[in-house]
Amino acid sequence: MDKNKIIELKNIEMEFDGERVLKGINLDIHDKEFVTLLGPSGCGKTTTLRIVGGFVTPDKGDVFFGGKRVNDVPPYKRPVNTVFQKYALFPHLNVYENVAFGLRLKKVSEPEIARRVGEMLELVDLKGYDKRGVNQLSGGQQQRIAIARALINNPKVLLLDEPLGALDLKLRKEMQIELKKIQQRMEITFIYVTHDQEEALTMSDTVVVMKDGTIQQIGTPQDIYNEPTNAFVADFIGESNILPGIMHRDRLVEFAGNNFECVDGGFDPMEPVDVVIRPEDIKLVPASDEVLNGVVENVQFKGVHYEIIVKAYSDTWVIHSTKAPEVGSVVGITLTPEDIHIMKKSDVKKVNYFKSDYDDAEGSDIEQQI
Amino acid sequence: MNSKSKYVAVPYLAWMVIFIVVPLALIGVFAFTTTVTCDMEGNMLTDEEIAEYEAYCEEEGIEPEYTERTIFTVQNILDVSKYSSVLINSAWLALIATVICLVIAYPLAYMISRMFYSRQKLALMLVMLPMWMNFLLRTYAWMTLLEKNGLINKFFGLFGIGPFDMINTQGAVVLGMVYNYLPFMILPLYSVMTKIDDRTIEAAQDLGANGLQVIWRVVVPLSMPGVATGITQVFVPSVSTFIISRMLGGGTNMLIGDLIDLQFLGNAYNPNLGAAISLVLMVFIFLCMSITNQLDNEDMEGVLL
Ligand SMILES: Nc1ncnc2c1ncn2[C@@H]1O[C@H](COP(=O)(O)OP(=O)(O)O)[C@@H](O)[C@H]1O
Ligand SMILES: [Mg+2]
Repeated sequence: MDKNKIIELKNIEMEFDGERVLKGINLDIHDKEFVTLLGPSGCGKTTTLRIVGGFVTPDKGDVFFGGKRVNDVPPYKRPVNTVFQKYALFPHLNVYENVAFGLRLKKVSEPEIARRVGEMLELVDLKGYDKRGVNQLSGGQQQRIAIARALINNPKVLLLDEPLGALDLKLRKEMQIELKKIQQRMEITFIYVTHDQEEALTMSDTVVVMKDGTIQQIGTPQDIYNEPTNAFVADFIGESNILPGIMHRDRLVEFAGNNFECVDGGFDPMEPVDVVIRPEDIKLVPASDEVLNGVVENVQFKGVHYEIIVKAYSDTWVIHSTKAPEVGSVVGITLTPEDIHIMKKSDVKKVNYFKSDYDDAEGSDIEQQI
Repeated sequence: MNSKSKYVAVPYLAWMVIFIVVPLALIGVFAFTTTVTCDMEGNMLTDEEIAEYEAYCEEEGIEPEYTERTIFTVQNILDVSKYSSVLINSAWLALIATVICLVIAYPLAYMISRMFYSRQKLALMLVMLPMWMNFLLRTYAWMTLLEKNGLINKFFGLFGIGPFDMINTQGAVVLGMVYNYLPFMILPLYSVMTKIDDRTIEAAQDLGANGLQVIWRVVVPLSMPGVATGITQVFVPSVSTFIISRMLGGGTNMLIGDLIDLQFLGNAYNPNLGAAISLVLMVFIFLCMSITNQLDNEDMEGVLL
């Protein structure tokens, strides 16, 4: 269907020592797309990436590159290159030789190697470091060498496994911008693995949220943030209030002891649901009989806003506001219908629920559209 | 070094002085001295003078009387050159054994280092297992296997071939060296190879290296410190062995170790010459090892002797 679809994962399953690590991964990746696999540690991101790279052969399912099945193609024959989690530079080679490694294998002529290594070192801002040993470099510099080394082969797809995980915050921010620039300049596909939701949202064209070896949601950063498909995604993507509710009918939901108008529908009458509300969407007003009232339990300054904990009805709410009410005071909580996100009940503990949800959704939601 | 660690070092220093420095000095002293025969006034006698004196004593019916004196000489060292063919033969056999060990041990160590951790332990134990048996017993076992009517020849006899002359050949000596010292090659190779990160190998594959290129461009350079250590650990005991050549070489293939043995315990009793040969052998080994250590990249931490 899509002409520019270059990688396709179909029903990938993987088991290690009897533990199911990937439980049916379906994912399409397009040309020049920046795709991020996002999820908590141990959810199978690295394994998915290694399957694309060819280091792991899936137990079930198929991997297609440009429509061709490549399950049994070894890594060295795949048109992808990898930036490894801990860089994995060659300790016996200097910077120049590390970057030149891929070209030497292809028997590229010496002047051509010199030219392209020079180009790559310039791209990653490490001109003049040719003769340094890689162990004398800082983490950030090693990271850049790893990127230059992977890019010199002109891959169509670059795989990056938590490439910024070991860097400090400031450097990480700089590298995020730089990586995005490199991706746009080289006009190639990036498959990027991270557990940092902010990183995923700022860099990606498409975010793939994973949990326990399943894909929870695929979408643009805006989609994922504004329209999370379930409570897990909502919570993982940003702080959220997740409250138990009951859907009375389309566009009317009951939670926190009140009925609220909302914009969602399509649930069974009186179906129990999760109600997700972002802390920054909630407005505090003076307490009155017309609104939900609560007692302020704690106020903490967070730099840009205050984080306010309010006990209302039997729920604890997290609210972000630029104004700080007094602890112990009674405040009113107001919501617009757009702020209320209704999600199918997907209690994190009830894995079976989750799976069937996902299976139903497969084919419609999961097929990403670019 | 701070004052505390100075005291901690004392026992080790004492050990080194007593068991390394002193014996080395003694070998040096023996190698550069010889005992000469003198008359009762302490004047050195030539061979003719001794013959003359003995003839005189016999005529007179008296016991000849001598004194002895130790003097400095380089003659022992010069005499070693008479045995240069033995030294060359020893070095040659040890070199062959070392190369064979390297060829066998390298792929084996690599395979072990890439196994699951639990299996690595088992494989290493199997490698070490023969070492738990007494060295002499192991070598005796080879004697009975290689003999003219030993097990191997009996086996060949079943097919009507043989018997082959296997024992008392240079091949048997090399076999003994390889068998006894192979673990000393495998262990250092394994210990450097197991430190090579799987990710480093995957990075090479990722950049387009096939199996052989991974070995040649990543594993070999990174395992050089282990190669250097392994070569040292096999070559040194092989070049100076005397038991293996005596038992499997039948004394016909004299090695430098046998020669030294003869000077101390054999009928050629001459400790001064024995010390001189030992000293020359030591210098020779030292030179070989300095060449071997060039294999080891400077900016890598080896586990060199
Ligand atoms: N080679 C392996 N052998 C055994 N278990 C593995 C292996 N690789 C990954 N796993 C397991 O698979 C799960 C997912 O791992 P991984 O894909 O690395 O997660 P992530 O990158 O999302 O943190 C983890 O529970 C991990 O222990
Ligand atoms: Mg990972």
